[in-house]
Amino acid sequence: MSEPKPTREPVEVWITGIGIATSLGEGLDAHWEALNDKRINVDEQRFAPYVVHPWAPIKLDAQIPKKGDQRQMEAWQRIGTYAAGLALDSAGVKGNQEILGRMDMIIAAGGGERDVPVDLAILQAYLKTNASPAFLNERLMNDLRPTLFLAQLSNLLAGNIAIVHGVSGSSRTFMGEEAASVDAARIALARITSGQSDIALIGAAHNGERTDLLILYEFDDFNLKEKFAPVWARTDNSGFALGSAGAFLVIESRKHAEARGAKPYARLTKVVSDRAQRKQPGEVTRTLEGLWSKLGPPADNGALITGATGIEPVTSEERAFLRQHPGYAVRSTGTLFGHTLETQFPLGLALAALSISREKLFPPNDPTGLEVEMSGPPSQIVVVGAGHWRGEGMALVEPIK
Amino acid sequence: MAASHDQFGRPVVVVTGMGIVTSLGAGKQDNWAKLTAGESGIRTISRFPIDGLKTTMAGTVDFVSVDPPSSTALTEKLGDMAAEEALAQSGIGSKGDFPGPLFLAVAPVEVEWPQRIEVGRAVGKTDFSVDDVLRISGGGKYAHYHHRFMFGSVAGYLAEKFGTKGSPISLSTACASGATAIQLGVEAIRRGETDAALCVATDGSVNIEALVRFSLLSALSTQNDTPQAASKPFSKNRDGFVMAEGAGALVLESYQAAVARGATILGIVAGCGELTDSFHRTRSSPDGKPIIGCVRNVLADAGMTPEQIDYINAHGTATPENDKMEYLSISAVFGDLTPKIPVSSNKSMVGHTISAAGAVEAIFSLLTLEHQRIPPTINYELPDPAILFDVVPNKARDARVTAVMSNSFGFGGQNASLVLTREPA
Repeated sequence: MSEPKPTREPVEVWITGIGIATSLGEGLDAHWEALNDKRINVDEQRFAPYVVHPWAPIKLDAQIPKKGDQRQMEAWQRIGTYAAGLALDSAGVKGNQEILGRMDMIIAAGGGERDVPVDLAILQAYLKTNASPAFLNERLMNDLRPTLFLAQLSNLLAGNIAIVHGVSGSSRTFMGEEAASVDAARIALARITSGQSDIALIGAAHNGERTDLLILYEFDDFNLKEKFAPVWARTDNSGFALGSAGAFLVIESRKHAEARGAKPYARLTKVVSDRAQRKQPGEVTRTLEGLWSKLGPPADNGALITGATGIEPVTSEERAFLRQHPGYAVRSTGTLFGHTLETQFPLGLALAALSISREKLFPPNDPTGLEVEMSGPPSQIVVVGAGHWRGEGMALVEPIK
Repeated sequence: MAASHDQFGRPVVVVTGMGIVTSLGAGKQDNWAKLTAGESGIRTISRFPIDGLKTTMAGTVDFVSVDPPSSTALTEKLGDMAAEEALAQSGIGSKGDFPGPLFLAVAPVEVEWPQRIEVGRAVGKTDFSVDDVLRISGGGKYAHYHHRFMFGSVAGYLAEKFGTKGSPISLSTACASGATAIQLGVEAIRRGETDAALCVATDGSVNIEALVRFSLLSALSTQNDTPQAASKPFSKNRDGFVMAEGAGALVLESYQAAVARGATILGIVAGCGELTDSFHRTRSSPDGKPIIGCVRNVLADAGMTPEQIDYINAHGTATPENDKMEYLSISAVFGDLTPKIPVSSNKSMVGHTISAAGAVEAIFSLLTLEHQRIPPTINYELPDPAILFDVVPNKARDARVTAVMSNSFGFGGQNASLVLTREPA
C-alpha cells in the first residue's frame, strides 16, 4: 500500500453515505420527517425511574438477512450492523466487492450487553452460599453462553460488519466513550486527505436499553430520572437519558466519489479533538474554544449540532462556549435521541450532512430559547461533542462547492 | 547518513525507546535474558481459586499488584511501567511532557465480579432484583467504579501522567491491537501530523471471567499439569493458547527529529500492513487469502521483497487453527524460501498477552535486531509434520538479522503485520 509523496494538494473528502437507525426510526426520510414534526421517542416507564429513548422497531432482515448472523449478535451489534448496511446502501457501494475489499473501517465501540439475568442469578447464589471459592468458577463455566463473549467484544461490531456486509480493507475499533468516535472520524479523514486511503466507513452503535449500563452510570449519578426534559432544561435535574442508535457514514475522496458517479451529501472538511483534564472550572469551555479556532473562521449563517449530554457541570461549560458564538443556530441531539455515548458524534455528523443536503436546518426543540429558528440553507454546520466524563471534539461539515 | 524519507517519499519512522513487562519480568534486560534462555513465564494461577476450571494456568504478572485489584487497574499499571522504561530510554521531551499523541492498545473494559459482588452485598437481602441493585448504586459511594470502568480510563491516566498531546486513542483489534497501536503512530508521523508518538499496548486481564470466556470458546490449552510446557506453537500436540499479561511501549519518532536531537535509534518501523478477514467471527478464511494479503501488504508498504526478510516473529498462538493457517499463508507468500527463514513464537514462553502481544513481540523483534540473536520456540518436541517452519526449536540462535516481520492475527478477522529493520547503514 504505497502512499503518494506528501507534497501534493490535500484531498477534499465527501460524505457520500449516511445510515441512521435510532429511536425515531430508520433512514433519512423518516428522520427528516420526525425532526420537522419535532417528534421525540422517550420511555419513562420501562426502566422507571430512569428515562430512555428506545430503538424504533425495524425488520432486521432487510440489512442482516441471515438469522444465524442475527443470533450471533447482541442488540448493540445488530443496531450497528443494520445502520452500517444503510450507510453502504446510501453510498451505493453495497455488494460492490471491489470497493468493500479495500474500504477502511474505523468503528467506535464500547462493550456489549451482559446477560443480566444470568449475572443476577450467579450473584444471588454466590452471596447465599457465602462465597465458596469454587462456586463462582463453576457457575461461570456452566451458565455463560460460549458465544456471548463474541457479542460483547468491542471489535466484534466491526467483525460483524465485515462478515455481513463484506467491508474488509482495514478494521480498527476505537474505544473510550464519546471521544472514540470523534477520533475515528478524525483518523479516517486524515487517512483520506493524506492519500493513505480513498474511502472509509465510520460510525458507532449503542443500545441504551440495558440495566448493566444504567448501573454503571448510576455509580456517579449520571442517569436522568423521573421525567424527560430537553438537555438545556436539566440544570435542576441534570443527567442523560440513555438512547439506542446506530449512526454510520461513508466518506471518500472527491476524486474517488466522482470516478464512480457517487452523489455527495456534504463535505467533511475538518475533525479536531482534545481532552481537557476537567480539574478546574472553565476547562471545557476553553478547550471547546480552542477546537473552534482550529476549525477556521466561522461563516455567516452557520449552524451547530451538539451532543451535549445534560450532565453538569459540562453542559453549563458548553453553554458558556455557545454564548460566545451567538450567531450560530444550535440543535441538540441529546434532546432528540437521548445520549448514545460513542454514537452521538456520528449521529451529529449524519444530521449535519442531511441538513446540508436538504439545504435547511431542522427546527429547534427547546423551551429555554437557546435553540432558535434558522432560515435559509446553512453555509456550514459545526458538530460538537463534549463527553459526559472526558473528551471533546468538533467537526466542520459544509456544502459541496 | 541514511535518507530521512523512504522510497515512497514518506518520513522514515524510527524507534527511540522501548519498555516491556511480561510474566518473565519487568524491563528489556530481564525479559531478553530469560527469553533467549528459553524460560517460560507460565505457571499455575494463584490470583484466584482455580477449582472447577478447565484451564488453570496463565502467564500472570504476579510481581506487580494493584489495590484495589481489577484487571483494568493492573492493565493501567503495566502500561505505566512499560511507558516509563520507554521514555527513560528515549530521553524525549521532559517529565510529564511528551511531544506527541498516545495510541493505546487495551482490552475492552467492564465492571468485574469483585465489584459486582460488593454492590450486590450492599443491597442487604438475599433475594433481590436488578432494580434493587440500581437503587443502591447511586449517591456517589461507587463513583470511583464509574471512573475506573470507562473504556478511556487507562488512556486518560497515561495521557495525563506522561503529558501526551491531544486526544489519546484507545483501540482494540483483538489480538492484533498492539500492532495496530504502532501502525497508528507510524501513520501519524508519515502524515507529518507529529514528529513523535507514544504507542503502548497493555493487558492485565487474567481474571476469572476472562479465562472462562476463552475456555468456553475452546481456545485455551488444558495441559495444566506442566504449565511451563503448555504453550506448544507449531507442535503436533499443541492444544490452544495460554492467556498472559504484559505490556509493551514504544517511542516512535521521525528519523529527522530523532537525529536532530541526537537520539539513539533502536530500529525502524519500515512497514505496516493489515487486511480484514470477513469469513467468520473466530476462524480464518480457509483459503488464507486475508492473511496472505496482509503479509503482502506489509511487504509492499515497506517496499521489500520476501528475500529481504531474515526472521519472522510469528503470531504462533499454539491453537491448532492459527498455526496451521499461519504456515499456509506464510508459505504462500514466501514460497521456496519458507523452510529457510527462521520463524519463532515468543508465546511459547510468555504466553499470549492478547491486546499487548503485537507491541511485546515488536519489541522482541527489535531486540533480535539489536542482539543478532533469535529467541527460540520452546516446548517443541513433537513437530507438526504439516508445518515445515524452521521454528528455532528450543534454543536461541545467533544469526545475521537485518529485517524482521512480526505478525498478529485476532478474533473478528483482524490481521496486522509489521516489518522492523535496523538503522540503515
